[in-house]
Amino acid sequence: MKILVCITKTPDTTAPVRFSADNKEYNPAGVAYILNPYDEWYSLVCALELTEKHGGAVTVINVGPADNETLIRKALAIGAADAIRIDANPSSALFVAKQIAGYAKDKGYDAIFCGKETIDYNGAEVGPMIAELLDLPFLSFANHLELDGRKAKVSRDIEGGTEVVEVELPFVLSAAKDLAEQRIPNMMGIMKAKQKPLQVIPPAPFEDKAVIAVYETPPAKSSVRLIDPENMDELVRLLHEEAKII
Amino acid sequence: MAVLVYVEHHNGAFKKTAFEAVTYGRKTADSLGVPCVALVLGKADGAGELGRYGASRVLQVQDPALENFDSQVYTAAIAQAVQAAGAKVIVLAHTSNGKALLGRLAAKLDAGSVSGATALPTANNGFRVRKNVFSGKAIAEYELKSEYKVISIAGNSIRPDASGSPVAVESLAANLPAPKIRTLELKRIEGEIPLPEAEVVVSAGRGMKGPENWGIVEDLAKALGATTACSRPVADSGWRPHHEHVGQTGIAIRPNLYIAIGISGAIQHLAGVNNSKVIVVINKDPDAPFFKAADYGVVGDLFEVLPRLTEAVKKMKGS
Ligand SMILES: Cc1cc2nc3c(=O)[nH]c(=O)nc-3n(C[C@H](O)[C@H](O)[C@H](O)COP(=O)(O)OP(=O)(O)OC[C@H]3O[C@@H](n4cnc5c(N)ncnc54)[C@H](O)[C@@H]3O)c2cc1C
Ligand SMILES: Nc1ncnc2c1ncn2[C@@H]1O[C@H](COP(=O)(O)O)[C@@H](O)[C@H]1O
Repeated sequence: MKILVCITKTPDTTAPVRFSADNKEYNPAGVAYILNPYDEWYSLVCALELTEKHGGAVTVINVGPADNETLIRKALAIGAADAIRIDANPSSALFVAKQIAGYAKDKGYDAIFCGKETIDYNGAEVGPMIAELLDLPFLSFANHLELDGRKAKVSRDIEGGTEVVEVELPFVLSAAKDLAEQRIPNMMGIMKAKQKPLQVIPPAPFEDKAVIAVYETPPAKSSVRLIDPENMDELVRLLHEEAKII
Repeated sequence: MAVLVYVEHHNGAFKKTAFEAVTYGRKTADSLGVPCVALVLGKADGAGELGRYGASRVLQVQDPALENFDSQVYTAAIAQAVQAAGAKVIVLAHTSNGKALLGRLAAKLDAGSVSGATALPTANNGFRVRKNVFSGKAIAEYELKSEYKVISIAGNSIRPDASGSPVAVESLAANLPAPKIRTLELKRIEGEIPLPEAEVVVSAGRGMKGPENWGIVEDLAKALGATTACSRPVADSGWRPHHEHVGQTGIAIRPNLYIAIGISGAIQHLAGVNNSKVIVVINKDPDAPFFKAADYGVVGDLFEVLPRLTEAVKKMKGS
């Protein structure tokens, strides 16, 4: 089994959210980055479990600048065999998907795994884009996967429930919670990761179709209005008459 | 030119997200001075009713390949409808299936896309669409520069407007690939409004002490016609089903009213709920971080406050 796992970084949730003076760019000063949790905890670990059970290896791929290599090494420490970094600023979802699909096209991967979404922009776009560019089936928000030969049984999150589907390799999948259990890299993994191959390749040219023109910060919330716990009629009245939502 | 709205249905029934998408498509079409065309895939009676929400035409493709959802097949069908309708802007609801279609369509049409838009597009300074980013701590305004533009609209971002009239349904023939995905089982909780569509959400956390105490949460939800949700540890401990888990690792929601009961308000929880229009927090700890994100707060023991609140709601609704 050859599995390609797409990994990316996101600011830690507790990181400050600031922009440049003209509000055109995100300001990364003082921001700690983490691997996107859906990529690290569920997608990568599920891919590793599959290769441990059925043989083969996991390659991780990232579209991003050289700074990302520390996080890429973390994925290698968790267990990926090797890594690819496409050396470019990931300026839009379609840009990223075209780079990854272009790389994966002739490599015979049995599956390509993505995270459900990144936790900063919540796009959930890169996975289905790769699937379309490679003309492959796409399974979004997978929470359980069993493989029997070339046939996979996948359970996926849908509104208010689950859907169980069957599909044959190769396919593209996006990983949701419960697909696997988070793994913490150990000392041995961290040592080995330093020696593992990390190949850097240049991007293919592409003109972005969607760009962020400007950011805006919503007005600060006014302070909370406290209601006497004995007087719930008052709360109901405010929700009805002032907020007009019930 | 036209705006094409792909309208999702479940076994022939249209949901609120579907009406929101058509209303969004109609208003976008009006601002561009073009017609709004709705597309329905598979068996659904009464698709002509979408005219009420602003569709000037309704196209329907019926084909055995559309019986179950396979994003590859659905994308092929939508792309053919895009050509048939001469559409340049495509609108979808930001549902689990809608998200898969958004990415696929953008790739197929080489289109700029915005996933989870929260406002109508503006066209006075390029074609721009806004969405929430960084857990609701900022809004990003995207500019779409491509010939085709694909937008999925976040739930509760627009109020469905049913002031139009039904239209005739035109059937459209499409040339579809065979599905590669077979649906074995589809489990939906019947009768309940799914969280992303709910206007009122009653949510509870570890302050509830145990699953046996959820009756008082359900009573309040019932009195309000609300959907129930929970914090992550509650779902992780198996007190509540996983599809109720909201937050950074669960689902993100933006109801009109979010009532948080016995939830501390950790940043990862807030990430999924702080776009709610009004937040009410009930917690016995006056220093719980959730109060900083709340509009109305009640400092007290939930086991006493909840039954009182439920009674007050019933009294108001009864009168
Ligand atoms: C990477 C990451 C992702 C995460 N993702 C999520 C997520 O998606 N969603 C999520 O919810 N969490 C998430 N968490 C967990 C989050 O950090 C918190 O641990 C969690 O939200 C706490 O749940 P809680 O508020 O129910 O419990 P607690 O933090 O234990 O809070 C219980 C609250 O109940 C109050 N209380 C107790 N008894 C009473 C009473 N009788 N009456 C009134 N109030 C009472 C207490 O004062 C307290 O504030 C994540 C954490 C990490 C690290
Ligand atoms: N720059 C990137 N490099 C590699 N994979 C990425 C990148 N951006 C996004 N992805 C993958 O696509 C998934 C969904 O991202 P998004 O569509 O941006 O929400 C992520 O969880 C990753 O698996």
